[in-house]
Amino acid sequence: MSDEKLVGIVLVSHSAQVASSVAELALGLVGGGLPVPVAAAGGTEGGGLGTSAELVAAAAASVDRGAGVAVLADLGSAVLTVKALLAEGDELPDSAKLVDAPFVEGAVAAVVTAATGADLDAVVAAATEAYGYRKV
Amino acid sequence: MLDADFFRRWMTATAASVDREADRLTALDSPIGDADHGSNLRRGFTAVSAALEKEAPETPGAVLVLAGRQLISTVGGASGPLYGTLLRRTGKALGDAAEVDEEGFAGALRAGVDAVMQLGGAAPGDKTMIDALVPAVDALPGGFGAARAAAEQGAEATTPLLARKGRASYLGERSIGHQDPGATSAALLIAALADTGAETDTGADTGGE
Repeated sequence: MSDEKLVGIVLVSHSAQVASSVAELALGLVGGGLPVPVAAAGGTEGGGLGTSAELVAAAAASVDRGAGVAVLADLGSAVLTVKALLAEGDELPDSAKLVDAPFVEGAVAAVVTAATGADLDAVVAAATEAYGYRKV
Repeated sequence: MLDADFFRRWMTATAASVDREADRLTALDSPIGDADHGSNLRRGFTAVSAALEKEAPETPGAVLVLAGRQLISTVGGASGPLYGTLLRRTGKALGDAAEVDEEGFAGALRAGVDAVMQLGGAAPGDKTMIDALVPAVDALPGGFGAARAAAEQGAEATTPLLARKGRASYLGERSIGHQDPGATSAALLIAALADTGAETDTGADTGGE
């Protein structure tokens, strides 16, 4: 619960625009909270639709402040790429965790929670709980 | 015994085969996928060939780990982490040995296929690469040729299946009647293995087919 060590958030989408827009949305809803490190890793390195392991790894490194990194992913290859990196390699920080959460709602919950100085488990729990919010 | 050179030639043969068949893979991916399977895999295996030439790993395990890492980094679609995990986990299971026998390789490949099933959550019959890989691994004790035949049969047998994983699964019954592109490319990988084995047996070592 230290002000200096905030949980980092990585948003992985098939689309660069989706990832960066969701990051912007979530940060916009933080209000007066702490400055959460959020990085978007959307699309391929060439700017197309898909997932770049390099962009994911760079994003995770850029938000790692030593308090853990929560990774949210949208579809197919975004999820599989993060899982493959976590299962097999050393490309992601040891503290990185893939969060089982809806992408937009989970990102907002994760970023807002991280901005309170919450730890990784609390951030993950808040994002996961976003699945329980019924709309109808 | 299979040495690092055998595995390097397997990867190079796969790259050549994927390059030749890229248009067909993409065509198969058009009605039920997003029409990028051939170009994605071509980009991935081209990077694999280049990395193997540059770094020249010295053990079978290191060849496959490097190949897997390249696929995860460069493919951009779901086939990257799936094939990448297949090769990387197989390579890790081979350990540091300078040479492996066919039985040891068969066990390692099964570990790789199991890792792919765990990663993607697919089981046999879901119309995925698993439908070619599981029969291939099951047939592998009978030799590379038997594995190849089983993989090709498995890929063809995906045509009447309903897709249960990936983008194709959103299509429901409309996915029926199309051969799965992932199972098709998995059969190419196993066919390249058989070609590499046959080339080794006959003593030919031209690096081609």
